[in-house]
Amino acid sequence: MGNHSDGTPTSSDAVAKAGHEEVDKFQDPGLPPHRLRLADTNPKAAKRAERQVAWLFIISIVGTLLFFVGYFGVRLDDTIATLRIQNTFLGLGVAFAMLGIGTGIVHWARALMPDHEVAEERHEIRSEEDRQAAVKIIDDIIDETGIKRRPLIRNTLIGAVALAPLPAVAIFRDLGPLPGDMLRHTLWKEGERLARDPDGTPIKASDVTIGSAFHVIPESLNDLEEGKLNAKAKAVVLLMRLKPEDLNPSEGREDWSYNGIVAYSKICTHVGCPVALYEQQTHHLLCPCHQSTFDLTQECKVIFGPAVRPLPQLPITVDADGYLVAQSDFHEPVGPSFWERG
Amino acid sequence: MSSATQTPFEPTTSTGRITNFVDERVGGSGILREFGRKVFPDHWSFMFGEVALYSFVILLLSGTFLTFFFDPSMAETHYHGSYVPLKGVEMSVAYSSSLNISFEVRGGLFMRQVHHWSALLFVASVSVHMLRVFFTGAFRKPRELNWVVGGVLLILSLAAGFTGYSLPDDLLSGNGLRIIDGVVKSIPIVGTYISFFLFGGEFPGTAIISRLYMLHIMLVPAMILLMVAIHLFMVVVHKHTQYPGPGRNDRNVVGYPLGPVYAAKAGGFFFIVFGIIAMISAFFQINPIWNYGPYDPSPVSAGTQPDWYIGFVDGALRLMPGWLFNIPMEWNIPLPWGTNTLSFNVLGPALIPAGLIFALMFTYPWIERWVTRDNREHHVLDRPRNAPTRTAIGVAGVVLYCVMWAAASSDLIATHFHVSLNDVTYWLRALFFIGPVLGFIVTKRVALALQRKDREIALHGRETGRIVRLPHGEFQEIHAQLDDYKRYKLVGYESPVAEEGIPNENGIVTKKENLRAKLSSFFFEDRVAPATPSELEAGHHHEAIEASDDDNKAVTH
Repeated sequence: MGNHSDGTPTSSDAVAKAGHEEVDKFQDPGLPPHRLRLADTNPKAAKRAERQVAWLFIISIVGTLLFFVGYFGVRLDDTIATLRIQNTFLGLGVAFAMLGIGTGIVHWARALMPDHEVAEERHEIRSEEDRQAAVKIIDDIIDETGIKRRPLIRNTLIGAVALAPLPAVAIFRDLGPLPGDMLRHTLWKEGERLARDPDGTPIKASDVTIGSAFHVIPESLNDLEEGKLNAKAKAVVLLMRLKPEDLNPSEGREDWSYNGIVAYSKICTHVGCPVALYEQQTHHLLCPCHQSTFDLTQECKVIFGPAVRPLPQLPITVDADGYLVAQSDFHEPVGPSFWERG
Repeated sequence: MSSATQTPFEPTTSTGRITNFVDERVGGSGILREFGRKVFPDHWSFMFGEVALYSFVILLLSGTFLTFFFDPSMAETHYHGSYVPLKGVEMSVAYSSSLNISFEVRGGLFMRQVHHWSALLFVASVSVHMLRVFFTGAFRKPRELNWVVGGVLLILSLAAGFTGYSLPDDLLSGNGLRIIDGVVKSIPIVGTYISFFLFGGEFPGTAIISRLYMLHIMLVPAMILLMVAIHLFMVVVHKHTQYPGPGRNDRNVVGYPLGPVYAAKAGGFFFIVFGIIAMISAFFQINPIWNYGPYDPSPVSAGTQPDWYIGFVDGALRLMPGWLFNIPMEWNIPLPWGTNTLSFNVLGPALIPAGLIFALMFTYPWIERWVTRDNREHHVLDRPRNAPTRTAIGVAGVVLYCVMWAAASSDLIATHFHVSLNDVTYWLRALFFIGPVLGFIVTKRVALALQRKDREIALHGRETGRIVRLPHGEFQEIHAQLDDYKRYKLVGYESPVAEEGIPNENGIVTKKENLRAKLSSFFFEDRVAPATPSELEAGHHHEAIEASDDDNKAVTH
């Protein structure tokens, strides 16, 4: 006898020699002898189990009553507190009603119903005869259609069946309009005032102190009759003021800011969540959905996370009344990338 | 059923009369005869499938109630319900009617919570049930197709969950939809079009809620119902699997008869599942939409989480670096007609890990059958330790899933444990690759160790904790031999050897066959064979001390 408990399995006896298994194998001793339960032998125990089951069913009845106490007894007074109380009563009532029935039945089955395990033979899913007959039937059917002998019929049928579903695809065309260049334009245009989200009051440049941030919408957004959410989904902007020397504008963008005030699209270039977190100390913008992090001092370049492109910048200036206005629309599509973006 | 020569069945009891009535019209007694006493094996791990079925029934019941009050319109309205903080706020009719279900319909909040909790439980129990089936090898012939049906059910349950999640049109689910929109737009060529068709124009549009509603209450549940019917039909055809043990083999099925004891246990269990869901819904608030407010594309709350089953895809999106060192993961591809954008930083993590997991899941039964060349029917399950490589593969998959899942909470992990969010992400990125490998190695070693422990116990018996002192002063612990039944449970498994490549009819071992041989040795290497009677016999003669079953007399050989 080798050592079974240690050593590599290949060198120990733990690996049986091929072919040995069949002869040298423990025989199935068969089902273990049935063990009687207490309730099978002791009438008192059986009676006790019977009473326990009945009590569980009574608990269920009480639970149902509890539900009605909650339903009719709790007055809702427009506060969350009474709603919670009612919800607790209803929930507990249903819970007891259901658990009482469930545990009662299961206890009944386990303690009192016969618990003899029985063995049943498995039948073959199909007999050899059936299978041969089935194969023959299929062959006969195919043969009688003559589809193998008449390739003209077969090929035209394949063509017809392949084309027939196309209307079912085409008919969904009117689910929506074609994209066109909709994704390339927003509400922003030259002279459009930057306004506070959501009330729409315009922002004066003098209101923006260093370190502050504003959630911004175009002033005309709230005047829209319809499509407000669609327009807002593209047009929302974050406005922040840094020390002018902290901004490092690239060529051509030097005049896109005003006095250290910059405006960037709030829609993440990853999958479109609002980039809502501004870390004032580090000048980082963080998207709370997937943690893409943009550095304001580097024109919102991605410094961490799954986004690739920087947030698009909205060129701004001030109008005659001192209000912040857009110089133009964004110079690139906002939000997540798409195939035609280019 | 009876032929003309037999005397007609004369019912004497009321049961007999009812049975006779039904049988003479629809012939039900044949079915009853077949199934009334059908044997079902019992084991606690078979419960997960039942939980899935029952939570689906509860979903149908509570969902039907909710449809009576819910209005899936995205038309603008002003809230006039009883929840004061939102009075007068502009919102969609869908959101307003969801609020009304919570505040105006008595028991409406309870039904919403029941519906949401049972949805979470439904996906969870389907998943755990599939893990049980995988780790016990229940997917093997003849049940491969039912495994596929189960996989389809898992996907459908995700679809049902997702379409339902968005319906209240609250801020949280709206941001979820926006993420979906971003992912859809990243699909090459057709992405933008699919997005526009899905939302009826630009995001968010005014169509998506009613479209999701139709899918959620009609198409998806109908498909689930159909799949459940096929699934259960196949369970009946195959009969249930059973765990290995004395008296159980591939030719029989051992358990309790359907009527009454199994039916009572299973039927009673429905009420228990319902009761537990009701208990959870009574005490634990879920999806308090009134706190989130109506959907608005501008705000988002930090630390929000998707429902748990979407977490792994969301986590994958978070793990993917946009820039790999200095290489961007989004490419502008110059093509003859212009430049197109491929957003691999979105498309890759959204499709590849989930696609890999599902593809492997669906094909695994065929892969294992090809590698092991095991074409026999299996009705006796494997204990997970007795198929170490399969168990290790399963755990590797679970680890991969869980790393992605954890990544979906990376911000909460960071704030909760006061660590850097970036570090959490870096660690999880590393674990994404290392974790499954570690999981595989550790699991395989643990399974082999457990197998050796089984051998040890089968051959030397269990430790009794009683120490005896021998005449020459040596101390030994007495081991009690197992009885035949308990021992058989430890030794009654197969442990095939790895196969060399088999030459084809031309005497050549093809490359494919060579690969199969390599995979076969990967699958079976380090195997531990079951203990044999001759080993036990040999052990008896060498053991210094053994105890008989009753532990009373120590016998020295």
